Amino acid sequence: MGYEGLHAETISIKGHNGETISAYVARPLGKGPFPGMVLIHHAPGWDEWYCETTRKFAHHGYLAISHNLYHRAGEGKPDDIAAKVRAEGGVPDAQVIGDTEGAVAWLRAQKDLNGKVGVIGTCSGGRHTFLFACHTKSINAAAELWGGRVVMKKEELTPKLPTAPIEFTKNLSCPLLGLFGNEDAAPTPEQVNQHEAELKKHGKEYEFHRYDGAGHGFFYYDRPNYRVEQALDGWKKVWAFFGKHLGK
Amino acid sequence: MCTSIVEIVKAEGTGKGEEGWFDLTTAVVSYDHPHHALLEDAINIDFVNPSLGPSARVAVEITLDSARELSAALERAIAAADEVERERLRGT
Repeated sequence: MGYEGLHAETISIKGHNGETISAYVARPLGKGPFPGMVLIHHAPGWDEWYCETTRKFAHHGYLAISHNLYHRAGEGKPDDIAAKVRAEGGVPDAQVIGDTEGAVAWLRAQKDLNGKVGVIGTCSGGRHTFLFACHTKSINAAAELWGGRVVMKKEELTPKLPTAPIEFTKNLSCPLLGLFGNEDAAPTPEQVNQHEAELKKHGKEYEFHRYDGAGHGFFYYDRPNYRVEQALDGWKKVWAFFGKHLGK
Repeated sequence: MCTSIVEIVKAEGTGKGEEGWFDLTTAVVSYDHPHHALLEDAINIDFVNPSLGPSARVAVEITLDSARELSAALERAIAAADEVERERLRGT
């Protein structure tokens, strides 16, 4: 085995409207160039799982960044911050798009980037990943993992979440990978079907994989919904997809 | 949040958090992913005081069945308390 190493730390970046937000960065040691990856955290917050997964991407040779969408909610433990954000109705979609564009810009300013950037997110982060991919031309591939509320009922729309992401499908700017559990309630298999039908209708490049015996969050090894076989296969799909589109 | 089920009400009283007792202002009830309970979704109840920061929080994450039982118990206790209060008023 050759030399392996990575460096991980929290940094500050410019997010939506040029506001400073925090981010966790992990980079492989070595010359590169490396493909870039933005990880959009889930509803439970900018937490340990996301830091671990950011390091996992670095372990696989990616220059990885996970920005803190909840930065403006203040300092504290991820669960307390997430509870505060939940009580506030979540973070505004426009702000998430701006913050994520900031994370992409940070990657694109790195000398050891190979010029390609992907985005991945789970749960609400999956929704945000698809939403972002429909609002930018700055990325080369996106992976949406069980994104809840891509399809939304009218009564679920709020000033912070004014439009269901599925409405933006025609603007999707890059190949999309989707992983879903067939026992999930958010998104339901029917919502995944609607999502896929809209992608087909607009001739978008995508691949969806649906897993029997899995529900929501089946990658989370610390939660009861963890499904080892489906998660291992899902990770294979993630590496193959980004390997193909980001030049690894 | 993968659900949009959140109810927020005023809560007057005190709660005991990590750093001891503090004044409450708000109760937040949601049905969403819990942080600790080994459930996909839970009824999460947070008693908070936002002016004291995000950590001023008393949190519980319980099953739907537990929430139903808790709700019924609250109803019974409140009905009994109302009776006590009526008695008290009659005695004055």
